[in-house]
Parts: sequence; structure tokens; C-alpha cells
Amino acid sequence: MLYFILRRIVLLVPVVIGLTVIMFAIARLLPGDPVALAAGPNATQGEIEALAHEFGLDRPVWTQYFTYVGGLLHGDLGTSLLTRRPVAADIAAYLPATLELVIAAMLIAVAIGIPLGLATAVWRNRWPDYLSQVVAIGAISMPRFFLGLLLQLCFAMWLMWLPLGGRLPIIVIPPPSVTGFLTIDTLIAGDMHAFSMAMRHLAMPAIAMSLSPLATIMRMMRASTIEVMNQDYVTTARALGLPRGKIILKYVARNAISATLTVIGLYFGWLLGGTVLVETVFDWPGLGLYATKAIISQDMMPVIGVALVIGLLFVAANLVIDLLYGVINPKVRYS
Amino acid sequence: MAGPLLRIRDLHLTMTSFDGAAHVLNGIDLTVQRGEIWGLVGESGCGKSLTGLSISRLVPTPPARYIRGEIRFEGRDLLQLPMREVQTLRGKRIGMIFQDPTTNLNPAYRIGEQLVDVALAAASHDASVLDCPADASRREKRRAARRLAGDMLDRVGIPNAKARLDNYPHEFSGGMRQRVLIAMALIGRPDLLIADEPTTALDVSVQAQILKLLKGTVADHDIGIILITHNLGVVAETCSHVAVMYAGNIVESGPVEEVIERPAHPYTQALMAAIPTKQSKRGTLKGLGGSVPNLVSPPPGCRFAPRCPLAVAECTQALPSAVEVGTAHHAACIRVTGTEVASDV
Ligand SMILES: Nc1ncnc2c1ncn2[C@@H]1O[C@H](COP(=O)(O)OP(=O)(O)OP(=O)(O)O)[C@@H](O)[C@H]1O
Ligand SMILES: [Mg+2]
Repeated sequence: MLYFILRRIVLLVPVVIGLTVIMFAIARLLPGDPVALAAGPNATQGEIEALAHEFGLDRPVWTQYFTYVGGLLHGDLGTSLLTRRPVAADIAAYLPATLELVIAAMLIAVAIGIPLGLATAVWRNRWPDYLSQVVAIGAISMPRFFLGLLLQLCFAMWLMWLPLGGRLPIIVIPPPSVTGFLTIDTLIAGDMHAFSMAMRHLAMPAIAMSLSPLATIMRMMRASTIEVMNQDYVTTARALGLPRGKIILKYVARNAISATLTVIGLYFGWLLGGTVLVETVFDWPGLGLYATKAIISQDMMPVIGVALVIGLLFVAANLVIDLLYGVINPKVRYS
Repeated sequence: MAGPLLRIRDLHLTMTSFDGAAHVLNGIDLTVQRGEIWGLVGESGCGKSLTGLSISRLVPTPPARYIRGEIRFEGRDLLQLPMREVQTLRGKRIGMIFQDPTTNLNPAYRIGEQLVDVALAAASHDASVLDCPADASRREKRRAARRLAGDMLDRVGIPNAKARLDNYPHEFSGGMRQRVLIAMALIGRPDLLIADEPTTALDVSVQAQILKLLKGTVADHDIGIILITHNLGVVAETCSHVAVMYAGNIVESGPVEEVIERPAHPYTQALMAAIPTKQSKRGTLKGLGGSVPNLVSPPPGCRFAPRCPLAVAECTQALPSAVEVGTAHHAACIRVTGTEVASDV
């Protein structure tokens, strides 16, 4: 198993090289002058050149590249032209918010999608099945930001149950940061009021993010459940008198989930890279917002840094999924 | 003497398909006593599996529909029984083994756990299956079921049985997996075992061992077995009786030596002629042209008539009924009368 994990990590090396090379090339090919943008509209030519020199942007691009890669080796992701802070520090500040959002969305999607998929497969071709199929298609095809706006309209403006956006109200003092996840940090601090506030803020963006993976996971689970129910070992289990509930919840569910796991892993990575719109709608201070600002001002270091971190998380998520797959499915144990 | 263990009478089953209702079982009669091993033979698609599955009520309705007939198990008609009652018979009174040992075990669970599940399900209808009092705690029952599972594996000839309970199906060879499945089918102590081509997926030497195991089970526990196969050689070695099926009918049945030495029905004769050439493929018969008839609009009269070398005009008039041609030996052919075997005279 250790070998299995190591091999995955080694495979990351070419990914990192490819990603950085491409990003550097793009940075060079893009029209416009990011340094001038960062220096501001009133900067003199001398000030711009000084800024470029300070960030090493006056040197040849391959020198810049090797300096960057050299920095990467000890965790230095460069410095943002815009915030003038190390990119690594910026990411450390914004990543937990995004991760909290994505993990919450995936938890909702899995917790509802898996049982719903199983149930619609067992009672397939009856009206609850048809209804959920229609709703699922709707959920998959609806843009997330639009769904976010609808939720805001409904739960924040009309019903006034939930806050419009942000992670915590300004008047609530944030808990000391341990994990960076406000829902967990408030619990660690034992501040139940802040915890319920954090949950209420998280609810809408997480739901908006969760709907499309929920629908996909449900459909995937339904399809694989139907397939598993046609397997010979299910017939054998029925022929030997196992109760129907046990067959479905034990013999069918486990095998069907293992087929659904891959989708869950893919969706996790996909959501990580696709938080921008939801973060914008809900004013959620996450990586998506940070990366968008950087892209607009052609500030390449944060863009490369965010891409690398998301790539790493994507690989990590799929590694976890593969390990889980081995737990559920003994036959594929990391060969 | 008590009534027969199993008595199928005039069983008719149709299957709805795109072309219409196919008459796949067309009046099956079969009686199985304890201590008997019935071989059920016939070409692919003649309805062997559906007959076996019908006994456990595992044929999905729809598309299947039981038109008429009865399947009496110890006198009770399984077709009239509510599914909840049928469920209590499965595994406990009627065991089943299927063809492919690789796909019939759940890949995600250790075999010990699968055996324990079957044992516990059987014990929930009859506490005496487990060697522990009926009011024992769940833990105790589990432990007893596990002990029983180990004993069963040992009994079906799996070496080092206790330790192998913790193995997954893929850690066994094909023959060993089929033994595990036999143990699973027998752990609830059924009175009737239906084995649907249990050795087709195995190589010849393993096949012989498995058949010996089944034979031993009948001798030790006085149960009845229906052994579905398309191999008359297997029947000759293993079975006490044989029923030959053709396109949804049993065309000939009787004690195995009787039928093999004096096959009465032209179809059985053709099957017999096909035995020596071991390479004759499944579904094809040497010396017989044509193929199994379309069951949506079957030929009138005897369904074998279009392929029969001895057919005459009357054969297409009505479905021939079975006549006794020897002790407990029946054949359904108008060319057989009394003790005369069908022949070209
Ligand atoms: N679920 C089903 N739906 C429709 N038709 C079916 C179904 N199951 C079986 N049949 C049809 O019923 C007939 C008998 O099938 P059955 O499986 O009993 O044959 P068999 O004698 O066991 O053949 P084999 O030797 O290939 O196993 C076949 O013509 C088959 O096409
Ligand atoms: Mg069959």
C-alpha cells in the first residue's frame, strides 16, 4: 500500500512540471503588462521598472522559471504582485474556506445521493423514481450561481431564515484558528453560538454547490445498484433465503457504492476548481475569489500557486478514493 | 410412505417477449423422492433453468406468467403460497447451486460471513439449524453459525476449513468456490437441492469431485437432488433418474439405466448418439438437423416433429402424452406404444 501511495506521488512530478511550464508560457504570451497594472495608474516608468526588478520579472523567463521551481522545492510559491504577500501565505488563508465549502457540499451530496440512488433503484419505475429522475436532470442542468441566487431570494430575502453571504457576521468574534474550518474551530473553542452562525452561513453555498454532484451521484448509484441487483450472487442470496432488506443494504449497497466512488472523487476535484461563481454570489472568501482577482490583474504567481494546490488536492482526493475502493472491494487491493 | 418430496404437475409457463408470449414450459411433470438424484437434460433454451428456478419461485413475474399447473413441495403448492412463506423455504428446505462459481459469491465479503448470513437466515425459521438454544443471544447465534460454517466447509472437502472462513472468494480456485457454494446451499439443511449446471464451468477432474460430493450428500442426508445439465455422461455417472426435456416438454423420463439402455423417444436416441463424440458442442446435436423451435408460435402437436427422423403426419395433430414403456419409464411419443420403443419399422 505504501508503494501504491509512493507511486502516485512520483507520478505527480511530471504533472507539476507540465503545469508550471504551461503557466509560465501563458504568462509570457499574454498581452499587457502585469507589473504596470500592479504599480497603479499613476506610477512612473522608473517605479514600474523598480517593481519589476524587485520581483525578478526583468530577468529572462527561464531564469524566472528555475528560480520558481527552486522555491517550490521548499514550499515557496512566489510572491503576489497584487497583495505583495507570499502566495503560500495567501493560499493558506483562503484555502480552508474553499475546502470547508467543498467538503460540506460533497458530504451533503453523498449523504443524500447514495441512499436516494439505492432507493430509486429498488423501487424503480414507480412514481418516486420518475420524480427524482426529473428533479435530478433539472439539478444537473441548472447553473450553480443561478441556483445560489434562487436560494438567496427564497431563504435570505423572503423567509429570512439564513444570512445572505459571508462566513460569519462581523459582530461574532471568530474562534482561534486550528483547522481553518470555522464550523470545526468554533466547536473546538466550545462556542456554540458561533458554531450555529457558521453553519447557517455555510448552508446555502454548500447546498448550491451540492445539488449537481448530488444528482450525478444519485443517478450513478441508481445505475450501479440496478446492475448489481442483476448479478448472480444476488440471485444466489435470494435463492438461499436471505431477507430482502439484508440483501439490499448489505450485499447490493456495498458493491454499488464501490462503482460510485470514482464519480465522487472526480466531482470533488471538479468542485474545488469550480467554486468561483458560488463564492462570488455568497461573498465567500475562498480560493476561487482570490484566483479570479489574480487572473484579472494578470498576477501569475497566485494563479500558478492555486492551480498547483488544486491539482494536488485533486490527486489526493482520488488517492483517498482509490484506497477506499480497496477497502470496499477486496479484490483490487493495490495491486 | 409419505407423499413425494416434490411433485410438479402440468406446469405451464409463458414469457412475454417482444414477439409475444413464448410458451417456454409446456406441461412439465416431474416427481422427486428423497434419495433420488434427477438429471434434467436437454438442449440450450429448452427450459431446464426455468423449471429449477420455478421451484424456488425465482422466475420474475412479469415477464413470466404461470398459466396452469402446480409445484407441490411436501404436498403444499408453491405457486399458491404467499411469497413470504416461499421465502421461509428458500435455503432452509430448498437449496440451490448455480453454474458459475466465480459470479455467484459476493466478491466484497469473506466467505465465512456469507455462510453465516445464510445459516442465520435459515435459523430464523428453524432454530435447530444452529447448535444452540432458540433464545440464545445474537452473539451466541453468530458464534454458533460460524462454527457451523467451518464444519460445512470441512464437510465439502475444503482443506484447513476454519482458517479459510476469513478468505475472500477470489482467493479460492473455481472448484473450491463451487464447494463453498455447495456448503452455502447445504448449511440450512435443505431437503431438496437444485443444482443448475454446477460443474459446467469446471474442468473435468474437478467436475468428478463435485459430482461425487453431491452424490455423497444424498446418501448421507437422504435428500432429493435435481441436477440440471446438458451432459448425458454426467447423468449416467451421477443420477438415479433422468428427465429429458425438449422445448418446454419432458419427452422422456425414468430410471437412469432404463433410459440410457433403452431410450424410447427419438430425441433421447439422438442425444444418446451424440454422447461418444465428446467434442459435440452445447446446443448442437449430431445427426439432427434444424434447431430448437420458436416458442412464440411453436409447431403444432409434438414440438420435436419438425426435426424428428421418424415423424409422420399424425405427429403434428396433438401433443403426445407420456406412456409407460418400462418400470417407471415414460416417453411422450405417438410412435411408442406399450413396451415398444420408437423405431423406423
Ligand atoms: N427472463 C427471461 N425473459 C424472457 N425469456 C426468457 C427469460 N429467461 C429465459 N427465457 C427463455 O426461456 C427459455 C428457456 O430458458 P432456460 O434458461 O430455462 O433454458 P435452459 O434449458 O436452462 O438453457 P441453457 O442450457 O442454455 O441454460 C429460453 O428460450 C429463454 O430464451
Ligand atoms: Mg440454464
